[in-house]
Amino acid sequence: MDESIVWLTIFVLSVFVGVEVISKVSSTLHTPLMSGANAIHGVILVGAVLVTGTAESTAGLVVGLIAVVLATVNMVGGFVVTDRMLQMFGGRGRSRSASSGDSGTGSTKEAGR
Amino acid sequence: MIPTWVQLAYLVAAIFFIVALKGLSSPRTARRGNLIGAAGAVIATAVVFAERDLDHVLPILVAVAVGSLVGVVGAQRVQMTQMPQLVALFNGVGGGAAALVALLELVELSERGSVADVAGFDLVATAFTIFIGSLSFSGSLVTFAKLQELMTTRPVLFPGLPVAFGGSLLAAIAVSVLLVITPALWPGVVVAVLGLILGVLLVLPVGGADVPIVISLLNAFTGLSVAAGGYVLGNTLLLVAGTLVGAAGTFLTRMMASAMGRSLANTLFGALKGGSTLGAGEASDRPVRSTGPEDVAILLGYAQRVIIVPGYGLAVAQAQHTLRELVDVLIERGVQVDYAIHPVAGRMPGHMNVLLAEAQVPYEQLKEMDEINGDFKQADVALVVGANDVVNPAARTTPGAPIYGMPILNADEAHQVVFMKRSMRPGFAGIENELLFNPQTNLLFGDAKQTMSKLLNAVKSL
Repeated sequence: MDESIVWLTIFVLSVFVGVEVISKVSSTLHTPLMSGANAIHGVILVGAVLVTGTAESTAGLVVGLIAVVLATVNMVGGFVVTDRMLQMFGGRGRSRSASSGDSGTGSTKEAGR
Repeated sequence: MIPTWVQLAYLVAAIFFIVALKGLSSPRTARRGNLIGAAGAVIATAVVFAERDLDHVLPILVAVAVGSLVGVVGAQRVQMTQMPQLVALFNGVGGGAAALVALLELVELSERGSVADVAGFDLVATAFTIFIGSLSFSGSLVTFAKLQELMTTRPVLFPGLPVAFGGSLLAAIAVSVLLVITPALWPGVVVAVLGLILGVLLVLPVGGADVPIVISLLNAFTGLSVAAGGYVLGNTLLLVAGTLVGAAGTFLTRMMASAMGRSLANTLFGALKGGSTLGAGEASDRPVRSTGPEDVAILLGYAQRVIIVPGYGLAVAQAQHTLRELVDVLIERGVQVDYAIHPVAGRMPGHMNVLLAEAQVPYEQLKEMDEINGDFKQADVALVVGANDVVNPAARTTPGAPIYGMPILNADEAHQVVFMKRSMRPGFAGIENELLFNPQTNLLFGDAKQTMSKLLNAVKSL
């Protein structure tokens, strides 16, 4: 019974951490954040490898291997495509992005060119 | 018992994931955050292979190689306009993987012997993983089909849909209970099939504009199913990672829904209640003021302040590069130009930022809605390109309109408004835009890319 409580504790704390770490995200980054979070749950690959590696029947092995392929697509594809998006964000504007937050309404933006 | 060093390695991977999500929340750290997340995933995967004497290592490695290849090629080939589809697809396969893992674990659990040997809650979690995983899989595929326009983007409704939905849900719960009482593979398969059906039924009635919110929701679902799978397998890393994504995804979904001025329930089930995401979808024949590229060029070239409101139509026409050139020319002429980015511009929240970043628009020219909305009053021209619903005043003035309550860009406060449009067809929400008929509004009809090139040349020759 004690062990269940430990699991519950981990779960509840993870919920709070999950909400807390992204609570201040700017809408600019919603798409990469969604894509990056998407890649993280690709870690189901760990589970897929475990069940496939202990499979005792051929059917089990085949289903397990399918799960491994799907999970890898999720994980690898997710991280790569997120990086591709963020690479573009980091383009020309990068060095100045820090100062863009405090630019007043009337200030001119010619400097950006 | 899992060895201590493995547990510690999982802890490190979990910390990496938390740092990754934190990093992804800020433009400066986003890319590094994503790479940290990838490192966490690599650690986790490497540990599994090192941890135990696994059988079938070679076929597993081949499967990993195949999956990596598919993932990398898909990620490299995709066009930025198709990003929402790809995220949906990646999310769906993750859900599918979670469901398959739980099904295999169910076989293992049911062979373990009498019911007493198997903790009841393990089976509850197994059923949950199978159900949510397969729901996320099929739901994501339908989402993909909608966004790729393999099927209609409008809400699909048929009589009896609520009954079918409720019936399948109840059946899934009933069979799950049966699965917990008498563990066997077949109820697991039935739960999976019901999950697949419900995923389709959940997404069908959602209209095009709301589909991105559904992607985010299904993303959270997959996270939760991975978390439950972690409990079943006794793997803390899966529990933590899945829960992080589930919680963050749910929170993000709510933020997106509120950016559109809607509740999540209204997004999902609005169409069922009738009319909510369904506009008339017809073009009006009321008189509008149409203009040519030369006139707009004069308007823009001699303005002091121009605010551009880009929409998905811009990216579909691949006109964002030409737009950037136009802005460059205007800035050289001394015009102050900014882009006003609505939170849901594009087909996915934050999508427009990605699309403009691709066209190498400097980050500091992109202004978020709250930042720029006060400036429209001083703007000489608001140039609306391929956007519609995000500047529709009906969101402020017409209770009962599908977009009523959605915060919008105050383009109507600019001295002059220029709309670049292909036709008078309404936007995603399917409702007419009063702004088109305002006296200070000029319409520039035509394909965004061609018209933009003409406009660019006209401004250059001023």
